[in-house]
Amino acid sequence: MIPAAFEYYRPKDMASVLAILEEHGDDARVMAGGHSLIPMMKLRMADVPHLIDLQDIGGMSDIVIDADGIRIGALVTQADIIDDAKLTAAAPILREAALQIADPQVRYMGTVGGNVANGDPGNDMPGLMQCLDAVFTVVGPDGEREIPAREFYEAAYMTAREDDEVLTSVSIPPPTGGYAYEKQKRKIGDYATAAAAVQIVKGGGSCVSASIAMTNLSDTPVYSQAASDALVGTAVDDAALDAAVAAMLADIDPSEDNRGPIAFKKHVAGVILRRAIVRAWSRA
Amino acid sequence: MSKKMHIKLNVNGKDEEFLAEPRELLIYTLRERLNITGPHIGCETSHCGACTVTINGKSVKSCTMFVAQADGAEVTTIEGIGGPDNLHPLQEAFKEHHGLQCGYCTPGMITRATKLLEENPNPTEEDIRFGMAGNICRCTGYQNIVKSIQAAATEMNAAKEAAE
Repeated sequence: MIPAAFEYYRPKDMASVLAILEEHGDDARVMAGGHSLIPMMKLRMADVPHLIDLQDIGGMSDIVIDADGIRIGALVTQADIIDDAKLTAAAPILREAALQIADPQVRYMGTVGGNVANGDPGNDMPGLMQCLDAVFTVVGPDGEREIPAREFYEAAYMTAREDDEVLTSVSIPPPTGGYAYEKQKRKIGDYATAAAAVQIVKGGGSCVSASIAMTNLSDTPVYSQAASDALVGTAVDDAALDAAVAAMLADIDPSEDNRGPIAFKKHVAGVILRRAIVRAWSRA
Repeated sequence: MSKKMHIKLNVNGKDEEFLAEPRELLIYTLRERLNITGPHIGCETSHCGACTVTINGKSVKSCTMFVAQADGAEVTTIEGIGGPDNLHPLQEAFKEHHGLQCGYCTPGMITRATKLLEENPNPTEEDIRFGMAGNICRCTGYQNIVKSIQAAATEMNAAKEAAE
């Protein structure tokens, strides 16, 4: 498999990246680990005449944890997330999710930035970041701006990031309470048939707050405020679980593909969300 | 055709320099340009792991990396791990425990396993199955691959203790 020819750039600083993007517009794309883009280029489903490799850009591989929250550089890999004990202590759901992405070789290369910026509905990090109410920092010709994860995804591969902007980091407020990332997949390395990210805060035996987002059940990740609300004030009993699942099912919009027909996906989404809530609650 | 780049690689301890189009996939660089044919092409779609090599300390599927990305990197293939006259403990264990049948996936398996044992010298069966999940074997059913890696770990730990 031979991709179409391209000019290759490996700049050392972001100013050079932005200059190349400005010069070549739609014909230029940035690449981090390349494990989404390269397969598409090999299939000639993506044509990238000017390919900008970000690997030499400094300061984008850091994980910073302080009182304000967690900041993860766009070039941090899934393997970095799994190996970072401090990050796991601060936000254990990140490791739980990263372990369910692809396989070891892909996790060494695949990055958080690529996973969230690509806009592929199958990617796990977008839904996870919506659950955690993360904010993405992008930089472009007019400087930096921040975009909430819950407002970032417009359609499959369409996001609020402009073509001349680069996603540089992900910021997460310190998560509290119990957590779970639950994913149903056909085999190792597959995208989710359905996946759920859940954070729950418990107080006095009942649910004080909850955050629920679903993956690969629409052409964008789905943050379900209604499903979250269905749990608040309850003891997360069977009735509350039923209500949360029903609310989530009203928010998703899966389509039929080789992972199954719509009815099956809705069924799996319900099973997965129920499991995720029960596990998150048990840890709350 | 895009213009060729001047590429430098260190493969199995040997410096290599050549001109290549940036779109050349690393697996082709290794196999066709450098005649290092241990890493195999199985699926060529990032799934099977037959092309696994170690690049700057990471297990990577070399069908999913452009040679341009690897410019300046250190690459280790099965040829750099051991050969007929100096089998690596993993190679010895795969032979001893029938960790292969047709052998096509084996270079990728063993290359990945070297890194797995480096990160986790005492893996459980579950650790091995999880850590080897990026490598597919269509012959063995994995049982003997797991056994081989466990045996190699025991052997390597004993050798390390004896050396200390």
